[in-house]
Amino acid sequence: MTTDLQTILPELILAVYAMLALVGAVYTGKDALTGVITWLTAGLMAVLAIWIGTSAAPATEAFGGLFISDAFAQYAKVAILLAGAVVLVAGQEAVARRGLGRFEYPLLIALATVGMMMMVSAGDMMSLYMGLELQSLALYVVAAMNRDSVKSTEAGMKYFVLGALSSGLLLYGASLTYGYAGTTLFSGIIGAVSGGEVSLGLLIGLVFVSAGLAFKISAVPFHMWTPDVYEGAPSPVTAFFATAPKLAAMGLFARVLFDAFGGAVGDWQQIISLMAILSMALGAVAAIGQTNIKRLMAYSSISHMGFALMGLSAGTALGVQAMLVYMAIYLTMNVGTFAFIMSMERDGKPITEIASLNQFAKGEPLKALAVLVLMFSLAGVPPTVGFFGKLYVLQAAVDAGLTWLAIGGVIASVISAFYYLRIVYYMYFGETEGTAEAPMSPAAWVALMGSAAVMVLGVINLFGIETAAAAAAQALVN
Amino acid sequence: MNNLLSIITFLPMVAALILAVFLRGDDPAAQRNAKWLALAATSATFLISLGVLFGFDPSDTGFQFVEEADWLMGLSYKMGVDGISVLFVMLTTFLMPLTIAACWGVTTRGKEYMIAFLVLETLMIGVFVALDLVLFYLFFEAGLIPMFLIIGIWGGKARIYAAFKFFLYTFLGSVLMLVAMVFMYMEAGTTDIPTLLNHAFDSSTMRLLGITITGGAQTLLFIAFFASFAVQMPMWPVHTWLPDAHVQAPTAGSVVLAAILLKMGGYGFLRFSLPMFPAGADVMATFVLWLSAIAIVYTSLVALVQEDMKKLIAYSSVAHMGYVTAGIFAANQQGLDGAIFQMISHGFISGALFLCVGVIYDRMHTREIDAYGGLVNRMPAYALIFMFFTMANVGLPGTSGFVGEFLTLVGMFQANTWVAAVATSGVILSAAYALWLYRRVVMGDLIKESLKAITDMNRREKWIFAPLVAMTLLLGVYPSLVTDIIGPSVENLLNQYHAALPDSGSATEVAQAAAH
Repeated sequence: MTTDLQTILPELILAVYAMLALVGAVYTGKDALTGVITWLTAGLMAVLAIWIGTSAAPATEAFGGLFISDAFAQYAKVAILLAGAVVLVAGQEAVARRGLGRFEYPLLIALATVGMMMMVSAGDMMSLYMGLELQSLALYVVAAMNRDSVKSTEAGMKYFVLGALSSGLLLYGASLTYGYAGTTLFSGIIGAVSGGEVSLGLLIGLVFVSAGLAFKISAVPFHMWTPDVYEGAPSPVTAFFATAPKLAAMGLFARVLFDAFGGAVGDWQQIISLMAILSMALGAVAAIGQTNIKRLMAYSSISHMGFALMGLSAGTALGVQAMLVYMAIYLTMNVGTFAFIMSMERDGKPITEIASLNQFAKGEPLKALAVLVLMFSLAGVPPTVGFFGKLYVLQAAVDAGLTWLAIGGVIASVISAFYYLRIVYYMYFGETEGTAEAPMSPAAWVALMGSAAVMVLGVINLFGIETAAAAAAQALVN
Repeated sequence: MNNLLSIITFLPMVAALILAVFLRGDDPAAQRNAKWLALAATSATFLISLGVLFGFDPSDTGFQFVEEADWLMGLSYKMGVDGISVLFVMLTTFLMPLTIAACWGVTTRGKEYMIAFLVLETLMIGVFVALDLVLFYLFFEAGLIPMFLIIGIWGGKARIYAAFKFFLYTFLGSVLMLVAMVFMYMEAGTTDIPTLLNHAFDSSTMRLLGITITGGAQTLLFIAFFASFAVQMPMWPVHTWLPDAHVQAPTAGSVVLAAILLKMGGYGFLRFSLPMFPAGADVMATFVLWLSAIAIVYTSLVALVQEDMKKLIAYSSVAHMGYVTAGIFAANQQGLDGAIFQMISHGFISGALFLCVGVIYDRMHTREIDAYGGLVNRMPAYALIFMFFTMANVGLPGTSGFVGEFLTLVGMFQANTWVAAVATSGVILSAAYALWLYRRVVMGDLIKESLKAITDMNRREKWIFAPLVAMTLLLGVYPSLVTDIIGPSVENLLNQYHAALPDSGSATEVAQAAAH
C-alpha cells in the first residue's frame, strides 16, 4: 500500500493541494487571493514537473495495475505540467484584466491536471474513465467561467453535452470490451486480443472507445465542438484547452491502443489513419474562411491532431516517438500563440478578429516577429521546429508503409499554410490601419518570446526531447 | 580552414543578427548604416568564398571542403562542394553585393530589407553546399520565407497575390519531394548525399493502382523530385508563378529570384534526379525534353506580346531555363556542361536585365513598355549597357549567353534531333522579343513629355553593372574558365548515370564518344 501511494505521490500532492487551497481560500481572502494561488499552483506544477522529469524511477504499477508509472507516463506528465503552468502564469494578468479572476480557476486547472496525469498513467478502463472525467468536469466549468457572457456559457454547455455523449460512447465501448475480454485491465485485454483472432465484440468495443477518445482530441468526425468552445471560452481558458488536455488525451489514446489493443494493430490502424487524414484535410480547408483567430486556431489544432494521429497510426515505437515529439512541439507553439491571442485587445476589450492585426508589425515589430516565427512553425516550414515535428510523423508513416497518408498529410499542410500566411499577411503587408493592441504581462511576453525562440533554436538539437520521447515510446511499445 | 563553407554560409546570417539586435531606429542614418553593413558582409562573404574557388581542385570529382557533424534525428550537418555546386556558390556570393548595392534607394523599412536579403543569402548558399537530404530541404524551403516577405512587403500593387502564389506553388512542389526524401531515408537508411549517390534504388517495374510503372520506385521518386524542381525552375506548364512574382517583386528581389533562386531547380536535377534515379530519369527524359522544347517556344511567343518589361524578361527567363532542362536531360557531356554554363551565364544576364529595368523604374515608376521610347537620347550609357545585355540574352557570340545555348543545343541534338530543331527556333524568337523590346524602349525619338528630364545612370549604377559586363564578356570569350571546373564532375556523373542504366554498354560509348 505504501509503495502504491509512493507511485502516485505527485498526483496525490497536487490533488491535496488543490482541495486544501480551495477550502483555505473560501475561508480567507477568496478572489483577492487569485493571483497568489495562480502563481502557487503554477509553481507547484513546475516543481512536480522537474521532480518527475529528473527522477529516474523504474517503471512501476500501483493498485494492481490500475495505475502505471513508466517512461511514457513521465514524459507526458512533464509536458502536461509544464504546459499547464506556463498557460496559467501567462494568462494570469489577462484573466484578471477581464474581470474573471476567480480563485477557483487555477484550482480547477490543477484538478484537471490531476485528471490528465491519471489519464496518461491509466492501466485499466476504470482508472482511464476516472481520469478522463476528472479532467473533463473541471474543464466544463472553466469553459463557462465567464458567466455573464452568453458565448462562454454556451461553450461550456456545448462542451458538457457533447463531452457527456462521448463519455457515454467510451463507457459503452469499455463495457463491451469488459464483456468480451473478461477484464478491464489493459494487461488482461491485451492477452485476450493477442490470442490470434480478435472477437467481433472486442472490435466494436475498440471502435467505441476510439470514438470517445477521438472526441477528446477533437479528431474528425468528432471535432464539431472545438471551434465553438474555443471561440466561446475566455482566451486564457482556450489556451489551456488547446494545450495540455490534447496531449493527455493523445497519451491516453496511445495507451489504450498499445497497452490494451497492441495485438490488433491491423484492426485499429485503418481507423486511426482514416481519422488522421480526415482531420488534416478538414482542419486545413475549414480554417481558410475563418475571420476569428480563435476559431482558426481550433481548426489548426484539428489539423495538428491529424498529424499526431498519423504518427500513432504507424503502430510502431517510431510512430509513438514521433507522436510524442510532435505533441511536445505542438504544445510549445500553441502556448506561445495563445499568449499572444489572449493579449489582443482594443480599448481594453478583448478582440479576436484576424483583420484587426492589420499592420501590427509597424507598432510592435518584436511581437510580430515572434508570431511570424510561430505561424511558419505551425505551418511546418523549415527551418522552424514545427517542420521537424512533421518530418518525424512522416518518417513514421512512410516507415510503416503508409506513404499515401504521408502524401495526404503534406498536401493538407500546404493548404493550411495559406491561413497561417494570412495572419503574417495582415501583420506585415496589411493595407489599412489595424486596431489591435497587445499589452502583455511580463509572463505572457516571456511565454511568447520563449516559444518563438524555441522554434528557431530547436533546430540545433530539439533540446534533447528525442531521447526522452524514444525512451517513452520504448516503454509503451515492447 | 576546414569549416570554410560554414563560414561563408552563416556569415550573412550573423550580419543579419547584428542588424536585428544592435541597430535601432529607422531614420536615414540607421538605414545607411544597415546598408553599409549588409554590403560589407556580402562583400566579405564573396572574398572568403574566393578561397573556396581557388582552393578547389577540379580534377577531384569527389566532394571537397567537406565538414560533418551529428545533428538531430540521426541526420548529419554535412557540407561540401564538388564541380557542380562550387560555381553556384560563387554565383551567389558574387551577385549578392551587387544586389545590395542595387537597393540603395529603398527607404521603407530599410533595415528589415537588408536583413531579409542577408538571411536569404545564407539560405541560398546553404542549398548549394548541403550534403544531407534534410539539410538541403531545410535551406531549400526556408528560402521561401524571406522571399515571401520581400515580395509581400516591398513589392508592387498586386504583391499580396504574387507573394501567396509564389509561396504556395513552390511549397506544394517541395512537400512531395519531402515525402520522397523520407522514403529514401527509410529505404537507404541514410540521408547522406554522397552515400545516396551510390545507392541504387529499386528500379524493377511495379504496378500501382493498376498502372504499370517502368522504372518502379525510381520513377516515382523522380516524379516527386521533379514536382519540386520543375516548379522552382520553372518549367512549362508550372511556370505561371514566376511572371507574377517577378513583376511584383522589388528590383533586388527580381534579381535574386532570376539569378539564383531559379538555379536551385537546375541544381536539384543535377544533384538528385539524374544521378540518384537514373532509371527514372531515363524513363522520363523524352517527356522532359519535350516539355523543355515547348517551354522554349511557347514562353518566347508569350514574351513577344508582353507590355510589362519585367514580365517580358520573366518569360524570357522561363525560355532560357528550357535550354537548361533540355541540356540536363539530354544526359551527355555537352548538354550538362551547357546547362550549368547556361545557368551561370543566365545568372549574370537576367540579373543585369532586371537591374536595367530597375534603373528606369526608379526614375519613372512604371514598367510599361509603352511609357518609354527614345531613351538613347538622354541616357547613352544606359542604352549601351542595356544593348549589351539584350544581345547577351539573345545569345550573341562573344557573350556567355551564346556558349550556354550552343552547348545545350549540341547536347539536345545528340539526344533528340526533333527537340533540338524545335528548341533552335527559340533562338530566333528570343532575338525577336529582345530586340523589339530594346527598340521600343531605347530607340526612336524621345517624344514623351515625361521622359524629357530623365537622367542617365549615376556612378553607383554604373559600378553595379561593371562586374556583370566583365563576367558576361569573359565567359563569352573564354568559357573554359567554367567548363574546366565542372567538366570532370560532369563526366563522372554521366559515367555513373550510364553505368546504372540497363543498356549501359551502348550508352556509355555514346557518352564517351561525345566527350572526346
